[in-house]
Amino acid sequence: MSRLLIKNGRLIEPSSGIDENRDVLIEDGRVAVIEPFIEAGDAEVFDAGGCIVAPGFIDIHVHLREPGIEHAETIETGARAAAAGGFTSVCCMPNTIPVNDSATVTSFIVERARRSAVVNVFPIGAITKGSEGEQLAEIGAMQEAGIVAISDDGRPVMNSRVMRRAMEYAASFGLTVIDHCEDLNLSMGGDIHEGIHSVRLGLRGIPGCSEDVMVARDIILSEATGAAIHIAHISTRNSIEMVRHARRLGIRVTSEVSPHHFALTDTDIHGYDSNFKMKPPLRAHIDKDAALQGIIDGVIDAIATDHAPHTGNMKMQEFERCPFGVTGLETAVGLTLKELVHPGKIELKRMVELFTIGPARVIGLDRGKLSVGGPGDVTVFSTSREWVFDVNQTESKSKNSPFHGHSFRGGPVATIVAGKTVWQAPAGVSA
Amino acid sequence: MSSTSNAGKSLLGIEVLDRSEIEWILDRGRRHKRKPGEGVKKLDTLRGKSIVNLFFEPSTRTKASFELAAKRLGADTISISGEGSSLSKGESLVDTLNTLAAMLPDTIVMRHSASGAPQFLSRYLSTPIINAGDGQHEHPTQALLDALTILEHRNSLEGLRVAIIGDISHSRVARSNVHLLSKFGAEIVLCGPATMLPPALKQLAPGISLTHNMVEAVTDADVIMMLRVQLERQNVLNFPKNEYFQFYGLQLAHLDRARPDAIVMHPGPINRGRELSSEVADSPRSMILNQVENGVAIRMAVLERVCGDS
Repeated sequence: MSRLLIKNGRLIEPSSGIDENRDVLIEDGRVAVIEPFIEAGDAEVFDAGGCIVAPGFIDIHVHLREPGIEHAETIETGARAAAAGGFTSVCCMPNTIPVNDSATVTSFIVERARRSAVVNVFPIGAITKGSEGEQLAEIGAMQEAGIVAISDDGRPVMNSRVMRRAMEYAASFGLTVIDHCEDLNLSMGGDIHEGIHSVRLGLRGIPGCSEDVMVARDIILSEATGAAIHIAHISTRNSIEMVRHARRLGIRVTSEVSPHHFALTDTDIHGYDSNFKMKPPLRAHIDKDAALQGIIDGVIDAIATDHAPHTGNMKMQEFERCPFGVTGLETAVGLTLKELVHPGKIELKRMVELFTIGPARVIGLDRGKLSVGGPGDVTVFSTSREWVFDVNQTESKSKNSPFHGHSFRGGPVATIVAGKTVWQAPAGVSA
Repeated sequence: MSSTSNAGKSLLGIEVLDRSEIEWILDRGRRHKRKPGEGVKKLDTLRGKSIVNLFFEPSTRTKASFELAAKRLGADTISISGEGSSLSKGESLVDTLNTLAAMLPDTIVMRHSASGAPQFLSRYLSTPIINAGDGQHEHPTQALLDALTILEHRNSLEGLRVAIIGDISHSRVARSNVHLLSKFGAEIVLCGPATMLPPALKQLAPGISLTHNMVEAVTDADVIMMLRVQLERQNVLNFPKNEYFQFYGLQLAHLDRARPDAIVMHPGPINRGRELSSEVADSPRSMILNQVENGVAIRMAVLERVCGDS
């Protein structure tokens, strides 16, 4: 029997409201005891003194690039990056080659993850075949093979009739539809947020309204169908306002925000550096402020990284030719502490929620809690450890991060999946 | 690949220049102008220097102008265009530039269809770069030669009312001119239909106003700059092509609204009957050919600044 005892930490467990020093004993991958003091006996001991102990963090929006784009990332390397970022579970988007639109591809991902991933990998299936926006994918069969939600992330469904049917069909299976809200006609050719900065740089704009009209559509379709819709990487003030309004009306809409959208704005883009190019683009200050407010008041349910690895070659081109997307798994916790917790915008408990039961509830995943008998997934993090993110040390296969060289106070210390320590902060750094 | 001090001599855009640097180039350019009746003077200030003209995007006049400027200063030049070079064979921009930089030219003059391409490269190359136009971003030598042209008719740019008319959103000429004119205190009126005139333009620099009305734009103008309609930069046409001239084309009647000594400029190549009428293009108010002439003088000055030993 394997036994791991996490001692001396401050346990923050949002589902039960616990915020006190507790020891946590994990036996054979499951939580066995949570008590103020547990005798170690023959258990392996992890000393979490000075650290926060939390349910394992969940990222419901990552791109692992396997199958098909393994030069940028694999399930194995992406999972290692997740572990290094403090995540015990990730949900991977279906825009692989081939697209995850069938039980065969889903099974491949599940099997690859079982063999090579150090964290839990939950695939997200495509909404439509090939994510082409026309015919529904084999959603039920994919669910049996292991998908936890559906999305045509990156190639959003433009046809509202198809989207309506997808939402109805998904609801029959209890699946949440995750939408990357972008009207591709309004955003066509755009590189960065449309505003003074795009005008100054001579780059084509992606207007905020290209997101807003789709968020509006999705809310209306959710109301009409009763299906659960989740707005991925929400980034504009108007969109956040609409979600707030819809929730007041009882419509089943949730949303996530990506760390780069609460940490940066379009004014941070310098030297045509494509490590600042992603979709949705870095927005204006009012949008960033709205995202912060949404996190504070609960309109936003989860922080999700939209970890999108691309090889150096792809990013070493003219800005307009570079693909969209940045990595984010390893900087999310540090950025959340830096931008939200340390400035006093949110409490640690709210932070833990945004990484645990928040995302778990969005997709109906029975995770994000630490309770006796439940999965022994634990994230141990520090609020004080000083460190600098060096993209050359990344566990990801790709280095396209806008946060290279950023210094942080606090970050992940250990990542424990089913009672096994799969990542620990480099030795010599203290909590 | 690392930057050295040489790259700091690059001319990437007007926005990053200060007034004294601009004035230096204008003074120098003025001295390079040929006096009437004077033959071509060949100088040797850049003798022994090699300059690579790298045109990723088709260009006739800018390329010829840079070549001529370099030759008049005694430099060795080589010109490479997009078609026929490895630029069209899938070689990445960085690899192409590294190859060229390994040949140790003293300066690279580059034109590229992507905004920011020279700025991007200057982060990795030690060879100084002269931006001969990047996408919809900047075209600094055009703004410099335009300023030289205006200053042949006015003592100063301060307080001048300059109307820039056409597809502002896609125009690198407009951006560079706006930055230059604004630095010297001109009053800039940008004019075009709203599809080509994003409201954020007003915040680009001090002294800018926007109008959709052509008559309003030219009224009391000292300078009227017409822009080429850049059909190739529009993903889809943002205006009904056939009525463009009716509402935004410059016609003789407009000149009556401007100051009596107002001048008309255009970066070329002109589309007669689209941006301006033939009568305007051929009128004594038109400075289009003077601009071309001043282009060579300004580019000589710029090459000296970037490539010279001083």
